[in-house]
Amino acid sequence: MANVRLRNIRKNYGKVEVIKGVDIDINDGEFVVFVGPSGCGKSTLLRMIAGLEDITDGTLEIDGTCVNDLEPSKRGIAMVFQSYAIFPHMTVRENVAFGLTIKKASKAEKEKKVAEAARILQMENLLDRRPSELSGGQRQRVAIGRAIVRDPKVFLFDEPLSNLDAALRMDMRMEIGKLHQDLGASMIYVTHDQVEAMTLADKIVVLKDGQVMQTGAPMELYHEPANLFVAGFLGAPSMNFMDVTVNAVNDTTVAVSNPSLDRIEVPHKGRPFTVGQTATLGVRPQYLQPAGDGAGKLHGKVILTERLGSETVIEVVLADGSKIIAALAEDSIQSPGTAANFDFDPNRAHIFPETR
Amino acid sequence: MASKLTTSNRAGWAFALPGFGLIALFIVVPFFFAFYLSLTNQRLISPNPTEFVGLENYRNLLSISVLSIEPEVDETGALIRDADGNLAYPRVRTFTRDNPDYPQYAGMREWFRWHSGDTAKVVVATDVVFWKSLRNTLMFVLVVAPVQGALALGLALLINQKLRGINIYRAIYFMPVVVSIVVVSLLWRFLYAEEGLLNSILSAFSFGLFEGRDWLGDENTALGAIKAMSIWQAVGFHMVIWLSGLQTISPTLYEAASIEGASKWQTFRYVTWPGLRNTAVLVLIVITMQAFALFAQIDVMTNGGPLDSTTTVVFQAVERGYGKQDISGGSAISVILFLLVLSISLIQRYLTREK
Repeated sequence: MANVRLRNIRKNYGKVEVIKGVDIDINDGEFVVFVGPSGCGKSTLLRMIAGLEDITDGTLEIDGTCVNDLEPSKRGIAMVFQSYAIFPHMTVRENVAFGLTIKKASKAEKEKKVAEAARILQMENLLDRRPSELSGGQRQRVAIGRAIVRDPKVFLFDEPLSNLDAALRMDMRMEIGKLHQDLGASMIYVTHDQVEAMTLADKIVVLKDGQVMQTGAPMELYHEPANLFVAGFLGAPSMNFMDVTVNAVNDTTVAVSNPSLDRIEVPHKGRPFTVGQTATLGVRPQYLQPAGDGAGKLHGKVILTERLGSETVIEVVLADGSKIIAALAEDSIQSPGTAANFDFDPNRAHIFPETR
Repeated sequence: MASKLTTSNRAGWAFALPGFGLIALFIVVPFFFAFYLSLTNQRLISPNPTEFVGLENYRNLLSISVLSIEPEVDETGALIRDADGNLAYPRVRTFTRDNPDYPQYAGMREWFRWHSGDTAKVVVATDVVFWKSLRNTLMFVLVVAPVQGALALGLALLINQKLRGINIYRAIYFMPVVVSIVVVSLLWRFLYAEEGLLNSILSAFSFGLFEGRDWLGDENTALGAIKAMSIWQAVGFHMVIWLSGLQTISPTLYEAASIEGASKWQTFRYVTWPGLRNTAVLVLIVITMQAFALFAQIDVMTNGGPLDSTTTVVFQAVERGYGKQDISGGSAISVILFLLVLSISLIQRYLTREK
């Protein structure tokens, strides 16, 4: 178990810059999730930590030593791949023991460590099977078993659940969470799925275009997104954004409005605004409450209702033609075409100086 | 759009007929014809009617036995020795020519002999040249199949890298495959000639110590020379097959192995080689079958000589069937070769089966 420190890490492929100076601190025993849209560089960053990609610039420290130029096997890491990367011609036992076979460990040691990993992952009954006889979830378990046997300082997961179906993904997600509690090891987990990020992480690192957008605890990022990108990326359904005009700037708030939104005062949290500029207002669909006729701050017409059971999602077109989503209680089903008015607490809204 | 043409069964057969007919005429019919002809005394051009002779062609080809010959003794029963102290043996032809005591050896000739004590064991066969061709072919296969397969794998591993200009190397190694084997054989005949390139190089590198030899004219080196040239010629083809096998192995398996700290050799042993299993079976069977069909090199370079040291089964089949116009004898050789290759392929498949 160890700390991992990334300082000004950069990666170029020829002239193309894919990682543009990343600083991340991962504490001992922490579960850190790199999340971002595809192409944001999160997998590249993980592969640089693993040693599968060269680091163009910056320093990577694991446990206080710079490992930039160390072989992957000497960095004290273990990696679980999206495609499992288990060896098709070996049994589960041989796969899990692969690292020990490479190190020429004794038979007794192999048996002991494989049994231990199998116990942790509850796959004792699978040990003599071949990968072709296993389901996707079981294969990923084998890959995790192989990682456990390495007894690494840091576990690296590269989208480990992306090849699994939805139900299995949830099971495995919980298992990985439990594994982290049991082992207490540092883990770095890459995913494009914000649900996995929210559920698993002690700390989320949101990446976009090779840069860190925001780092923090899941709920911190959810409630206090630092910018428009993080605000839109986390949360399902994603946050509603509206173009608004700044009417006044006060000490802690700005007053904004637009044709379909009555003037409200929203805390600006230190972000700079000037009167008259166009800004973006963000409100999570969950914080919109239906209001009576003529009441409320937002006015529009229902165009679509989706019943999800636990909640009802309705899509509303506002007076100025823009669309927003509201997530309402389960039984508040509204038929398309009816007028809809919404109210919300301005303190739960976010205002960003940038426009979409 | 199902028109009458595409749904009509008769139209379908009509379309298939030309191809089907050609395959039948030039592959299926000759295949069965060979079986039939090998049981007759058919000659290529002959005024006599064809007669059914049963397995006589096979008997002529395959009859082989070991003749034990005791050394000659004088009246006192003592062994007769010549000036060098060597024993004297009666000539083999005294047993095989018109000797009513040994009807089983009639018409046979000596292939080779060894000594067991004072007794000479002489291997005699009705058709010694066929047996020599069989031995040469097997020796060729036994060397060419493993060496060519291994060399091709080595080359495939070398060129399966992301390097600038790697395609140039791929092209270079593949070039001999594209050149006609007849042309290649002609060129190598020049290389192997007494005043040829190979002798010049060897002489230059040994500072004149190496005296040139006629590689194809010496019965001890002729088959070896043809083996070397054949390996060189087709290695590129098998390299490409290995390469395609290598490229089906998922790169993440290599990454997983590197994270586990596998050395180059361990990576090959645990990742590459198991991943090449099916390719290996294919390459082995293809090389074996190609090696058994050795003909063009022999025909161009040595014509089977010197002293039958490079004659092969296919060469004998052609020589017999067309050279000597003994089409039934040639057919019998073809059938024997077919059964030989079939059984070896089946054995290989059995040995390399998925366990």
